[in-house]
Amino acid sequence: MGDPLTQADIDREIADIGAAVAKAVAAGEPEPERVTRDYPPYRSSLLRHPRHPLILTEEAEVELRGPVFGVTDVTDLDRDLTLHHTGEPLGERITVTGRILDRAGRPVRGQLVEVWQANAAGRYAHQRDQHPAPLDPNFTGTGRCLTDDEGRYSFVTIKPGAYPWKNHVNAWRPAHIHFSIFGTAFAQRLVTQMYFPNDPLFPYDPIYNSVTGEAARQRMIARYDHDLSSPEWSLGYRWDIVLDGPSATWMEEGR
Amino acid sequence: MKPTPSQTVGPFFGYALPQAGGGDLAPAGHPDAVVVHGHVYDGAGDPIPDALLEFWQADPAGSLTGKPGSMRRDHVDGSFAGRDGVRFTGFARVATDADGHWALRTLPPGAATPGRPPYISVCVFARGLLQHLYTRVYLEPGTDPLLASLDPGRRATLLATPESPGVYTHDIRLQGDGETVFLDFG
Ligand SMILES: [Fe+2]
Repeated sequence: MGDPLTQADIDREIADIGAAVAKAVAAGEPEPERVTRDYPPYRSSLLRHPRHPLILTEEAEVELRGPVFGVTDVTDLDRDLTLHHTGEPLGERITVTGRILDRAGRPVRGQLVEVWQANAAGRYAHQRDQHPAPLDPNFTGTGRCLTDDEGRYSFVTIKPGAYPWKNHVNAWRPAHIHFSIFGTAFAQRLVTQMYFPNDPLFPYDPIYNSVTGEAARQRMIARYDHDLSSPEWSLGYRWDIVLDGPSATWMEEGR
Repeated sequence: MKPTPSQTVGPFFGYALPQAGGGDLAPAGHPDAVVVHGHVYDGAGDPIPDALLEFWQADPAGSLTGKPGSMRRDHVDGSFAGRDGVRFTGFARVATDADGHWALRTLPPGAATPGRPPYISVCVFARGLLQHLYTRVYLEPGTDPLLASLDPGRRATLLATPESPGVYTHDIRLQGDGETVFLDFG
């Protein structure tokens, strides 16, 4: 055990990894498109990633199909996180919408999208979150919906606050909404986080920077869309999601 | 199109994703129900109390059609209502306990491909894990191209261990000694 880990220590690690990626790209390697499971600046990843390479198998009949969800699995109110209590939550009311597509650009229809997030003060309604920011009795912060025939999802919520965590001294997460998405194949499963444009915390956050390609990081950021904003009511953000998955799910019809 | 990158499920998914009874995939009282249970461990051999496992499988006849209702909601108060106790949906979701333990109560899957041993597909999420991992649980002996390609030690990480009639144990190790085989589908 040495000195407590500082933001400067983490900044240096993030910069070193970034420099190595830039050098590889300059030498002709493609810019990374995916997250890096072994990303030491995010300390919790150290013991929680496999050291063996993944085993390639294209015999995946089960994984090329996936669970189905239907009208029994969501209620109409589930997509509006501001209506889950008797009063209105505090914070900046927003709508978040976009389309879920596969890598061929085809809409993912009728699939389940789940979200969870901190409240406007940066506190989760979870016992293990002990950040001394207020809980909001009118906000739980979980929502769900099914995509429509164009692959569209839509949520009404409040903008989450940034919050501290204990990766290192003075570690703060940029504001984000957690997303869970099912594709038509189990092999297309995605859990990720949606970020907001121009967050000043981006350079300091090891989780955001675990995606080491700049273009790939940009794909996690929603864009403000004034046409989605509603007069006297809410601000609009648009975020399209492309599900990764085996080539069988996007080169040809996948089954 | 370029994929949207993954990010960790984080520590606070517990009030959003799992539900009580999420691991009870077998219809209530079904005589063929089996239990598969175990722990999830990290690279130091410590149990992981904040992992989330998802299971997807064929029904006993080998059908992969699946059925809705895995996350049935109470349309009166908006809470989770649990499965309807009749239909086999093929999908289950279980968070590990404070001691890293999980349990799935299911019906043994049928063979999706005739002549190949059936398996339960598993997707692993955890705080600290930046992108989910896929693995499998095979309940019965048999071989297929994947199993045949692995050396016996690694193959064993995909095979459930019979514990008592209808009960199997199966641990998942994210790293280190006995590291579970994780899959890439190409
Ligand atoms: Fe979070």
